[in-house]
Amino acid sequence: MATRLRLLDDAAWVSVNDERAVGTSEVWPVAESFCSCSLAWLVVEAFVDVGADGRRVEARPHGHCLNCGESGTAPWLPVGKVTDDGFELVEGVRR
Amino acid sequence: MPTDVERWKDEVYGNEIREHLFRFAEEGWDAIPEEEEDAWFERFKWWGLYHQRKGQESYFMMRIGTPNGVLEPGQLRTVAEVADEYARGPVDNPEFGAAYCDWTTRQSIQLHWIKLEDVPDIFEKLEENDLTTQQACGDSWRNIVGCPVAGKDTHEHIDAWPVAEELHETFKGNDAYSNLPRKWKVSVTGCDQGCGQGDINDLAFEPAEKHGELGFNVRVGGGLSRKEPRLARDVDIWVPEEKATDIAAAVTELFNDHGDRDNRYNARIKFLVDEWGADKVRRVLQEDYTDWDLESAGDDLRDQYTYNAGGHEHGDHVGVHEQPDGNYYVGLNVLVGRQGVEDVYELADLADEYGSGEVRLTQRQNVIVTDIPEEDLDDFLAADLLEDYSPDPHPFMRGSIACTGTEFCSLSIVETKNRQVRYARWLKENVDVPDGVTDFHIHLSGCTASCAQPQIADISLRGMKTRKDGEPVEALDVGLGGGLGENPHFAEWVEMRVPADEVPGYIQNLLATYEDERQNDETFRDFIQRQEEDALQELADPEETDYDDPYMHNTKMTWYPYADDDDMDASPAPTNGEGEPISADD
Repeated sequence: MATRLRLLDDAAWVSVNDERAVGTSEVWPVAESFCSCSLAWLVVEAFVDVGADGRRVEARPHGHCLNCGESGTAPWLPVGKVTDDGFELVEGVRR
Repeated sequence: MPTDVERWKDEVYGNEIREHLFRFAEEGWDAIPEEEEDAWFERFKWWGLYHQRKGQESYFMMRIGTPNGVLEPGQLRTVAEVADEYARGPVDNPEFGAAYCDWTTRQSIQLHWIKLEDVPDIFEKLEENDLTTQQACGDSWRNIVGCPVAGKDTHEHIDAWPVAEELHETFKGNDAYSNLPRKWKVSVTGCDQGCGQGDINDLAFEPAEKHGELGFNVRVGGGLSRKEPRLARDVDIWVPEEKATDIAAAVTELFNDHGDRDNRYNARIKFLVDEWGADKVRRVLQEDYTDWDLESAGDDLRDQYTYNAGGHEHGDHVGVHEQPDGNYYVGLNVLVGRQGVEDVYELADLADEYGSGEVRLTQRQNVIVTDIPEEDLDDFLAADLLEDYSPDPHPFMRGSIACTGTEFCSLSIVETKNRQVRYARWLKENVDVPDGVTDFHIHLSGCTASCAQPQIADISLRGMKTRKDGEPVEALDVGLGGGLGENPHFAEWVEMRVPADEVPGYIQNLLATYEDERQNDETFRDFIQRQEEDALQELADPEETDYDDPYMHNTKMTWYPYADDDDMDASPAPTNGEGEPISADD
């Protein structure tokens, strides 16, 4: 079954199957890919895009690192995965 | 590829949404198919209904558009009655109680916790009293703003109220303009003080003289949102008063045809003006959208603009002011623009008893009672209500503006209104007001949408997050020195990601530096503008004080930040028309 993905509320939320799953204002630990910090603490200010790789839902968040202040749009990062029981959010370090 | 929103609008939009809205109201909240909810919520905005945020499903914010902020006699009582009967949620707000009205920075009214099932009855009551929610939100002509005392102002060159009324009559409910690429914000200014804040609107009419005749210069492409603030650009067009509607139609049609419908983040006309430049906007308007020879801009009055200009002259309409007819208007300060419903009833009573019954709303989230005869002024000023809504407020109470925040809004990153109330009280108790300062603007916006207009404040606060003691906490970016006037200036962002509980200490330290280092009677805005970029950072440091902030946790992820159990799972929503939880099994 197809998974419905979209950005809502001026890109403040990622919606998965018509549920607001992930919102801005979260602080994500991100390994290596965002700035020069080995572990970035990324404040998500907006989402630029959302997509899926198989059952894995990914998004490109825009924000900045709380450690170094670097601002920009991150590469595709996992948001969660669609399971037979619904949608499961990713926890912990994102890479 | 069209966006979801454009696709949804193509299917159903504008006036026709009403019949669907009423059908869902009749059938109940859960008649909206789950997979269609977001499409309908987007459409409902056109009729002034914003679905509240995650955790508050089935509840709506309702916006009532009052052109130029004018509430005719009797209308304020209607608003109070609607709020009293229909705008009550599952949990009280600890500062404002169970039912309250918000006066917005665009001279509109917002009520919360509205249930879909009640919408037909609410519309009937509002419309019986010539009030409407039509086009209060959505991609259309929004509420028209202007000098809130238009027609009652000794500083006036043109009475902008009939102009705003004609624009409202022409463009509200007009199918030809009902589906624009994005929101469309219009301002009409008729005075020499600049109270219409045209600089931050998509389309601005500003008083100007040509051939000895007073009319309007036209500016296009202002706005504050998305970290991309723009001042409206001078497109070198003057129109006489009777042509205001025609040129407004022309600019709207240009936006309708050329605004970016493929990317909502690039859709506001400010980005088109960036791309084209003012000259091309004018040329295209002349060649494709007008059938008369456009006149070049006339002599404007901007060098007289004092409204929010950073000086001591006229930052708002608070206080007692004489009208040209010899009566008085009295501007009352409403802290963060929110009044409990009992106070709104009382305000309506006072307006009836002492004035004409008319009340007006300002772009500073305040209220004005008009038409008070001089002989009744003292009695009005002695009313108990004015102890809480003062015409002579403390500067920190006077200048405190806040958007809706995470209490209800999906976009906001932080809690705002109650925090700003606490900030204002703490500052009043603990911070010395610099000598001569009577009006000091501190605007708190929960996100980059900038509904509290932070970039044009002395101190701009914008919602953010940071880590403190290893934990994510609510924080604010701090900007300084914004304002309008002849030479408008957006705030410089100086301190980023200040934990919210350290902001009052920062302001205290900053104002102490200002008091110590200002030259003569230099205004705060001039003081900030005199600083080199590096020096701005050195003016003050954030600091913990005895200010206590109960909203440091992630309020966006609560179902309601003031509930005893605010966990998302504790939410009673969605509820039915009686406010009873609808179980997932239903």
